[in-house]
Amino acid sequence: MVFPGTWSDRDCGWVIDQVVGAELVYLWHKDADLKGCDCVILPGGFAYGDYLRTGAIARFAPVMEKIGEHADRGGLVWGICNGFQILCEAGLLPGALIRNSSLEYRCQWTNLIVERTDLPFTMKCDEREVIRVPVSHGEGSYFADPSTLSRLEQRGQVVFRYCDPAGKVVPGANPNGSMHNIAGIVNARGNVLGMMPHPERCAEPELGGTDGLKLFRSVTENALKVLVS
Amino acid sequence: MNVETIDERRLREVALTPEEYRVIVEQLKRAPNEVELGMLGVLWSEHCSYKSSKALLRRLPSTGASVVQGPGENAGAVSIGEGWAAVFKIESHNHPSAIEPYQGAATGVGGIIRDVIAMGARPIALLDSLRFGPLPESQRHFDGVVAGIGGYGNCIGIPTVGGEVYFEDCYAQNPLVNAMCVGLVRVDRLMRARAEGTGNSLMLVGADTGRDGIHGASFASLELDESSSERRPAVQVANPFLEKCLLEACMDLAHTTAVVAIQDLGAAGLTSSVAECAAKVPGAGARVDVSRVPLRERGMKPYDVMLSESQERMLVVVERGREAEVESIFASWDLTSAVIGEVTDDGFLTVVDGRREVARLPIDLLTDGVPLRRLVGVAPKPPRSLDIESLTPLVDPGAALMRLLASPNLASRRGVYRRYDHMVGDATVIPPGGDAALLRVKGTRLGIAMTTDCNSRFCHLDPHLGAQLAVAEAARNIVATGARPLAVTDCLNLANPDRPEVYWELEETVAGLAHACRALEIPIVSGNVSLYNDAMGRSPIYPTPVVGMIGVIADYGQRVGAGLRAEGDFVLLVGSSHNDLGGSEYLKVEHGQVAGRPPALDLSLEKAVHRVILSAADSGYLHSAHDCADGGMLVALAESCLLGGIGVRCPGIRAEAQLRLDAAFFGESPSRFVVSVPSRAMPELQSIARRHHVEISLLGLTGGDSIEFEGQFKVSLVDLRQAWEGAVV
Repeated sequence: MVFPGTWSDRDCGWVIDQVVGAELVYLWHKDADLKGCDCVILPGGFAYGDYLRTGAIARFAPVMEKIGEHADRGGLVWGICNGFQILCEAGLLPGALIRNSSLEYRCQWTNLIVERTDLPFTMKCDEREVIRVPVSHGEGSYFADPSTLSRLEQRGQVVFRYCDPAGKVVPGANPNGSMHNIAGIVNARGNVLGMMPHPERCAEPELGGTDGLKLFRSVTENALKVLVS
Repeated sequence: MNVETIDERRLREVALTPEEYRVIVEQLKRAPNEVELGMLGVLWSEHCSYKSSKALLRRLPSTGASVVQGPGENAGAVSIGEGWAAVFKIESHNHPSAIEPYQGAATGVGGIIRDVIAMGARPIALLDSLRFGPLPESQRHFDGVVAGIGGYGNCIGIPTVGGEVYFEDCYAQNPLVNAMCVGLVRVDRLMRARAEGTGNSLMLVGADTGRDGIHGASFASLELDESSSERRPAVQVANPFLEKCLLEACMDLAHTTAVVAIQDLGAAGLTSSVAECAAKVPGAGARVDVSRVPLRERGMKPYDVMLSESQERMLVVVERGREAEVESIFASWDLTSAVIGEVTDDGFLTVVDGRREVARLPIDLLTDGVPLRRLVGVAPKPPRSLDIESLTPLVDPGAALMRLLASPNLASRRGVYRRYDHMVGDATVIPPGGDAALLRVKGTRLGIAMTTDCNSRFCHLDPHLGAQLAVAEAARNIVATGARPLAVTDCLNLANPDRPEVYWELEETVAGLAHACRALEIPIVSGNVSLYNDAMGRSPIYPTPVVGMIGVIADYGQRVGAGLRAEGDFVLLVGSSHNDLGGSEYLKVEHGQVAGRPPALDLSLEKAVHRVILSAADSGYLHSAHDCADGGMLVALAESCLLGGIGVRCPGIRAEAQLRLDAAFFGESPSRFVVSVPSRAMPELQSIARRHHVEISLLGLTGGDSIEFEGQFKVSLVDLRQAWEGAVV
């Protein structure tokens, strides 16, 4: 999914096409249909500049309606970084992403504990595995009201949490001050994932790690199954 | 208005001298009108015309086997193999950043990106060489500039992978912000900004034109003074999202053959971009209709339109009749484009407002008519000499190391580069924090190394030698990654050249750069000069020739990092050490002095040391390599330990007849590397070094979690990291 200010589109595309070897289609923000995609990825960037608020304009893009319908049908939708922000603005995921507690942009490696491995996005991860994935954002601090937060926790919708290398969820491991160290959440149905970290930046050893590949492989192997079931 | 009655105040407003005005009248055989005077004022400013430095700059070597495009275009370009060219340039945005740090730095980044786009290349990386006064006094400059660079680069999606941050008193009033951009293009798709083909259309694309930045170029050519903050309107406002759209649309132009040339609109806006495009084609001229320029605000006069420095605009020369093809590409990115004029063959830049002619000037008068200034250089009295014998001896090297690592100029820059997206593009295979950054060229095994360097304290103490040392250090940073130095872009930042001692510094700097680049066979293919960094004449900066260098490695799988990689490796010092404490960080931090002579540089030895490192890297012997620079051997060793998370154990070092203890640990002799190699590779490395007549000495063995020199000191990596990463930035 390419908005004019998206920049991780080509990185995600590179991983899908060159590393994983799956079929890749670029969707343009003005497109009227999803061209038969099984999984729609909303990559990182600044969709329309994000001068107002991240994702605030993108939710009104023509293509967003189609993405909502795709999600309603059970199709996979995966928001990464700016994509996560857009999914929250569009109401496909609860909560919001606010400015990092440091009030500064952060580009660095983080450790994430994977709390759900039954999802089409994470099936290739081990139970409570710690994966290393970089973040790069200025507004990535997950925020939700107390009742939403407890509902998310009760239903097990938190998929990734910032942790230390040993898997302990500690404040020092959190790059943005998000509530409950949340790095990524999924909707109740389990087909819409939003995450701040960038798995497309760690899918090859020369870039410093390959943990992100597990998510891409999970998706490419499961996308069709989900649609069929 | 004529030559007799011209008001000097009016001339000052457009930054022309009475002598220059006289030349204009003589050439035109009439007095210029208001619009013409403004156009000439900006193009004849130091910033655009290089009238004080042009004669000197011709001395710089700019040719070489890999050079595809030398100076004179929007950016330089070199062939890196497999049909790819690296396009790159560095540019200053010092004055705007002094007044308005965030926007000044952000628009600096935006401008240099457009220079690379104009060559048809996709920008792949940014670097920023920054200099400030000491903190906390210069906090406003520092915070604003770092945020502005991040704000632009992060939004547009080009990784910021390197650069420098230095703090020195001389930059307190006049911070330096030099931005470098590197791009990639197929050699056969390289664009040049030539206005070919009479009748072809001039299209202005991107942002609408507003009143921002009028006289920015003239402003950059004056000393900052009390009234400088009144010039805030001369600083432009950045819109990185718009430039992202502009960038992608310009990349899409590759799909059509309708485009003849692309030119960035930077300093002096439309006036400069049209004139420069036309000047490159003998006899060519251009006709511009200001009434067709899309405007941001009402009531703008032709003068404003021609001089506006509104950001995020490009000029595209399009084959006549094919404008719609170009327009549709920009429209798909929701960008405005407008045909504002055409290429002519009369050698004049004619500006009309609808039917009314408002200016008509010969292209060569605009771009080449300014009388070059004949300035005189006089060597100032030599800086403070250093009596090395008078320095109190080094007692506790471990404690000194801690203080040096915590000093603002040596502390870890992680606090800065983690505010920049340095990973977007999935190409950064050596991230910031080491020597040079290395980016892979996707779809090939090629890697491009890039760095910026300058030790301006050395340049202050000896500008000729300092400039050579800057080139040598940049080359060492490239070599440390396993890449071969390929070409340079330079940014010469100096004070007011009207002062004989500053002009002498400029002469010496250029001579030093030329000498080192010739000796190391690294051509200078693009660059920029920023003068008048003077802060009201009270606080001239050190001469600061920032050297931006790129290099290439045939297989990035063979790259070498700066951090130690394994326990049980031998750690070696490659190169020779002397009593080089002059101008060193140790001298400043431990003895509070900026004095003495910079270290002597033997360029043939420098080259030999590069050959040793590259030949060892090619053979896969090196586990790590790190340049010895500021802080000397012990700081380089500590950085390798901290980057790799592995300690080192070394036998103690004793003072020798030829080498003092403080110089052995902290002296800044050039042409040296700290490397680590697996024990089995030792004999090979020794024979390589012997073959090139380069000295290597064993420092110790990797392992443990501290740095220990037996019988001398032992400091834990935890403590060192705290000092290093816990400091200022």
